[in-house]
Amino acid sequence: MQAFGELLDRLSTAPGRNVRLDLIAAYLQAAPDPDRGYALAALAGDLSLRTAKPAMIRELAATRADPDLFRMSYDYVGDLAETVALLWPAEFRVNATPRLSEIIHAMESARRVEVPDLVAAWLDRLDATGRWALLKLITGGLRVGVSGRLARTALTRLGDVGLAEVEEVWHAVEAPYAPLFDWLEGRAEKPSLTDALTFRPLMLAHPLEVSDQERLDLSDYRAEWKWDGIRVQLVLRCGQARLFSRTGDDISRAFPDLLSDLTGDAVLDGELLVMRPDGIGTFNDLQQRLNRKTVTAKLQTEQPVGLRLYDILIDGDRDCRDLAFDDRRQVLENWAARHPSPRIDLSPRVPLSGWEEMQQARMDPPHPAIEGLMLKRGDSTYHAGRPRGLWFKWKRDPHRVDCVMMYAQRGHGKRSSLYSDFTFGAWRDGELVPVGKAYFGFTDAELKELDRFVRTNTVERYGPVRAVNQTLVLEVAFDGINRSRRHKSGVAMRFPRIARIRWDKPANEADDLETLERLIPGSFGDG
Amino acid sequence: MAITERTSWLEPRPGGLYCIPGDFYIDPSRAADRAVITHGHADHARPGNNHVLATHETVAIAEARYGSAAGRSFQRVKYGEVTHMNDVSIRLVSAGHVLGSAQVVLEHQGQRIVVSGDYKRSRDPTCAPFEVVTCDIFITEATFGLPVFRHPVAADEVARLLASVAATPDRCHLVGVYALGKAQRVIALLREAGYSDTIYLHGALQKLCSLYQRLGVDLGDLAPVAGLPKQALTGRIIMCPPSSLADRWSQRMPSPVTAVASGWMRVRARARQRGAELPLIISDHADWDELTATIRDVQAGEIWVTHGREDALVHYAQSLGLEARALSLVGREDEDDQDAEVAAAPEVAGADD
Ligand SMILES: [Zn+2]
Ligand SMILES: [Zn+2]
Repeated sequence: MQAFGELLDRLSTAPGRNVRLDLIAAYLQAAPDPDRGYALAALAGDLSLRTAKPAMIRELAATRADPDLFRMSYDYVGDLAETVALLWPAEFRVNATPRLSEIIHAMESARRVEVPDLVAAWLDRLDATGRWALLKLITGGLRVGVSGRLARTALTRLGDVGLAEVEEVWHAVEAPYAPLFDWLEGRAEKPSLTDALTFRPLMLAHPLEVSDQERLDLSDYRAEWKWDGIRVQLVLRCGQARLFSRTGDDISRAFPDLLSDLTGDAVLDGELLVMRPDGIGTFNDLQQRLNRKTVTAKLQTEQPVGLRLYDILIDGDRDCRDLAFDDRRQVLENWAARHPSPRIDLSPRVPLSGWEEMQQARMDPPHPAIEGLMLKRGDSTYHAGRPRGLWFKWKRDPHRVDCVMMYAQRGHGKRSSLYSDFTFGAWRDGELVPVGKAYFGFTDAELKELDRFVRTNTVERYGPVRAVNQTLVLEVAFDGINRSRRHKSGVAMRFPRIARIRWDKPANEADDLETLERLIPGSFGDG
Repeated sequence: MAITERTSWLEPRPGGLYCIPGDFYIDPSRAADRAVITHGHADHARPGNNHVLATHETVAIAEARYGSAAGRSFQRVKYGEVTHMNDVSIRLVSAGHVLGSAQVVLEHQGQRIVVSGDYKRSRDPTCAPFEVVTCDIFITEATFGLPVFRHPVAADEVARLLASVAATPDRCHLVGVYALGKAQRVIALLREAGYSDTIYLHGALQKLCSLYQRLGVDLGDLAPVAGLPKQALTGRIIMCPPSSLADRWSQRMPSPVTAVASGWMRVRARARQRGAELPLIISDHADWDELTATIRDVQAGEIWVTHGREDALVHYAQSLGLEARALSLVGREDEDDQDAEVAAAPEVAGADD
């Protein structure tokens, strides 16, 4: 735990991506198993650990510190975990610090009533940095500017392998990832994925910039609609079916209606949509199916879901990712013809005739469930991640960005009991920078969900403002954006509103501040 | 808590702590006719005083900083030497803060008051250690007067710096330090840890480093950074004032690791605020444990707290059953405390409403 604490400590002040990468790689090379596997999971946001409530941490602090001195200290430091870590009296009789794996195993097996004593004993055995890391870990508030992708990039330094390969294996193994380390360090073969119902990392698109339009030769590209649902991957193997979100979370249980009678062996890329006999539903319809613990029969009848196919990654035993997009499309069409299902159809191709006509189609699409156009190079192979120059998304409304909720404040009038004013941020150097504040755009039902999110995800309080876990993506629409000296981010949005709540989207895929800056009138590309 | 005003022969005035029977100020915040100066930091030693009583080293530091404005006449004393002003006896004893720093021990009509100035109890190879003097009234600073401030052993922090230097030979290390005291202490600790390479100095640090060397503090091989080509600094340690870390000067350095040596580095928000990639918790002020230990050691019945986070220390002293009060002395913005009042809460982006 001590070494992991020092890593987090260094990461919390590390200035850039490369320095962070060096730090993580050095830790992974030096730390023992299984600790480094758990550390990696924690950094990548893939560690499912039962969390401790801030109230419990406060109660623990009260056993070691004068209440007045605690209050004054907390007022000064402003962060609960850090205050307690710094205040906790040092224990000099310690002869061994707890290991990260020891902490994780104990948290898993302990009964709830045992947790406070366990945590207190660990705090006694750690120094201030270790205590801080422990409290951040168990309160679920690690915020050190590391994305899952960065953590996995650090892994590639352990062996001579590319990121795409690591990404793929990643989803087939679980923390502490022993088979993954064995493979990377040459002690074992690459874990087999053939029969595993595992997620393969997705290929993602870049937003189309004005400068791209001048540069691209349209004859190299194919166009299709960008459907307004959620991007998923369907894995079919040996009579079983799994549905994964774009980050590899298994969401099969929420969609039994889609998965019940599918056949075939394939890995497919597509958009999950509400598909009624009379046509495609809107995103609002689909939202009723998201984030549900149970899926009632009524809901399945009212909002039946289906899959609209974009691409095929694996067909039977054949990995298609090395094929060109045009060839994969052929494979996909053949597969769809061989496996007819009322729940699955092909996303149609859109004939390409020139920028002007495409612009028209983009602005006035034939269906409300279309949010723009996709452009994909005909010769592009399927690369995990977001390779440059191959796929582009061209949204109908360019003034929409994905931000992450950072702070919430109570509203006024009839909303004064609810957290309804939200400050959201965009990424810069692995950290979120606040870019705006919005307090409408959502329905009353959505507001209740947002309020619940705020209450269960509060990490700090500053008077009426709560800082929340930076996990919820808000799609923000706005009328314009300008430079501003008054805001730390350097940008100010005009009339921002919450266009939609992206419960499905991981925070690290929200937009960068740079993306916003490019929307400022008068700024083109990087210039 | 209400503080009852008591009369004493030493009292806080707008111009500083004033000794009535002796007719002099201690560390006056504006130019005074007669001043006793505890140490050379700018918020304690100000220019323009008429008669100045201080240690030899403190006078030398004030002269190096202010030239002829340091004072019109000086009484230079050694630690322990007793002098009198009217019927007040004055003795300076070491405070362990920086070279020449002193506590002022005053005695009048059988009562002893110790004005400790700034002090620390932890080891410092560049100055004499703090001396405990029992007294009736003890006047203490409270720069780090919260229990969250516990400074680690300074040598361990310097070891972290050296480990980082060893681990990143292709970068240079830019260490932000205050010109008086911190710079020399960090250099001396580096030497004790076996680092014998030349240490490079920003121009603003040269004068006081030279003075320390003239006064007999061994700092090893030092050289100015000015005029050196960028590549000559790769892998080197360069000391500079904290304010230079963010300015254009630092952009001339070869991919610097920015380190800041300060007691504030204990709190992450502060470390981030300073842009410290490598925060080093090294302070010339007493931490919470040193402050509270000192309050117990001096056995005073009454504690006056001058500057810093007074509330917590007053609370602590009262919990021991002592009389305790906070003095609001103006002008005590400590060299280590410039940004103390910057709130720790993050910026919340405001809408335009
Ligand atoms: Zn000082
Ligand atoms: Zn001071």
